[in-house]
Amino acid sequence: METLNARGLHYQVLNETVRKLLDNGCRELVLKNVNGQRYIGAGLQGQARLEIHGVPGNNLAALMDGLEIEVFGNAQDGVGNTMNGGTVVIHGNATDITGYAMRGGRIFIRGNVGYRVGIHMKAFRDKKPLIVIGGQAGDFFGEYMAGGTLVLLGLDLPPGKPVVGNFVATGMHGGEIFIRGQVDPFSLGKEVKAVAPTVADQQRLQEIVGEFARYFDLEAEKILARPFTKLIPYNKRPYGTLYTY
Amino acid sequence: MMLKEGEYRIPSGCAISGFINRDGRRVNGSAIIQSMALMQERSNGLGGGFAAYGIYPEYQDYYALHLLFEDKLSRNQVEELIKDNFYIEAEDRIPTRHVRSIGKAPLLWRYFVTPRMAKIEESQETEADFMSRLVMRINDSVAGAYVVSSGKNMGAFKGVGYPEDIGEFFRLDEYQAYSWIAHGRFPTNTPGWWGGAHPFTLLDWSVVHNGEISSYGANRRFLEMYGYKMTLQTDTEVVAYAIDLLVRRHGLPLETAARVLAAPFWQEIDRLPAVERELYTHLRVVYGNLLLNGPFSIIVGFSGGFMALNDRIKLRPLVAASCGATLYAASEEAAIREICPDVEKVWYPRGGEPVIGRLEEETQCRLSA
Repeated sequence: METLNARGLHYQVLNETVRKLLDNGCRELVLKNVNGQRYIGAGLQGQARLEIHGVPGNNLAALMDGLEIEVFGNAQDGVGNTMNGGTVVIHGNATDITGYAMRGGRIFIRGNVGYRVGIHMKAFRDKKPLIVIGGQAGDFFGEYMAGGTLVLLGLDLPPGKPVVGNFVATGMHGGEIFIRGQVDPFSLGKEVKAVAPTVADQQRLQEIVGEFARYFDLEAEKILARPFTKLIPYNKRPYGTLYTY
Repeated sequence: MMLKEGEYRIPSGCAISGFINRDGRRVNGSAIIQSMALMQERSNGLGGGFAAYGIYPEYQDYYALHLLFEDKLSRNQVEELIKDNFYIEAEDRIPTRHVRSIGKAPLLWRYFVTPRMAKIEESQETEADFMSRLVMRINDSVAGAYVVSSGKNMGAFKGVGYPEDIGEFFRLDEYQAYSWIAHGRFPTNTPGWWGGAHPFTLLDWSVVHNGEISSYGANRRFLEMYGYKMTLQTDTEVVAYAIDLLVRRHGLPLETAARVLAAPFWQEIDRLPAVERELYTHLRVVYGNLLLNGPFSIIVGFSGGFMALNDRIKLRPLVAASCGATLYAASEEAAIREICPDVEKVWYPRGGEPVIGRLEEETQCRLSA
């Protein structure tokens, strides 16, 4: 296991060093004092594990394929942008456009997330991206979602606070969203409907929540005791008739 | 043929950061420069600037006019205008130091002035209106002269360069302020020039902005009806004047002004209790032309406080944090942690939800005494 002190390092230097260490066979790397360095893990392939202490900068794990990243702190915008595979575990919050155009792999966030999380996620054959959020989410959750799975748990929700913002899943045309508890109908986008999860869904949720609970040392049964709402798109091509001539 | 900056297009970025010590404690410009330097990637060297509050206690009763002149002729013309209308308590060049990355700077001067009573009476205006009109007149009618700031006990410092270099150039480590706001520019649609750097100011107001105001034309036409003149070739200018109109001239609380700039959607208004529904309906009807459309995160500085605000669908980043008596806002959390590693609370304001920090009442009294 190697340890790298990131304090004051420019992101280019930091990322070059990380890549060099991994190329030379390092399989476990701890980054200390990270603050704002962008593109950590971006474009990296393989089986290594990165542990990040601090606040990684924008586009953490962008285009990543493989690797396991665990963040002890908050993350910034664009976690897992166009990510292809691997796992990201964040013990704090993540902000806007988490999982932007994500096409594979898994992201687990203990805290809250910002706006447009899961925007234009997509799935193809064995590539099925998954994002699980422990807290609440901002507006445009799952916007233009084309595939994959979003799970929103709403744990430790302050009284009176909604689990998710407005315009949920606007433009969604593929994939599925599971939200623990009820969602106000007015906060849903026009392109989705709320349904009850099937038995198969329940089983999958047990696995997903079980994994989430293991990462953050929580009790899965307690989380699963509350029923989920499932959101699915009405239509695979919601705007198919918009541009007619 | 080589294209000048402004004739070609570069994709967007921009960084904002600001903090206020609500206990009135004044600190030099090093921290805000450090916060901006962390976000260097968000700027491209074509604009950087700062506004600082509480920096001129020895001249706190005078308007501090910071001016930018492209040549001596414009300076002479403005000085003529100032002498006609003001008593000048002090004047000097704004102190700068040589910074290799900063190109040829315009002439930078400051004047501490108080309007001549007779001139105000003659104009039949309030003192603030008189001042504001003079700023518009200089910007609009003196070629090559622009007012960088015009408030009391505050000043703006801006130019073409990375913010950390602009801060070094203006020797901001030598000023003490209770509140600093800053901007790093990545100009997209308008030229990178000294007057076009942020903050944009009027009287005590200063505005830094990341984003673009798509409604600039509508906002501009509305503001022109109230005598504001848009001369600085950048969309953010309308934000400074809109806040001046709403808060100073029309007397709206700042919180309400924020709901004009980032108005709630009609469907949200429909769900509000009757009294609020009526209020927001009226605001949207009366001030519809001041709705800022398009992506923005802004920090507005003013005497005794600041406000950070996002557009209503949050198309630009904004993080707030607090630690003791200090309130922070920035484009990135890391920019706050860089200058306050042990920050106590971090939060992410929703689109259209203002974050406002003000000096504690007692401090406010002490500072203005």
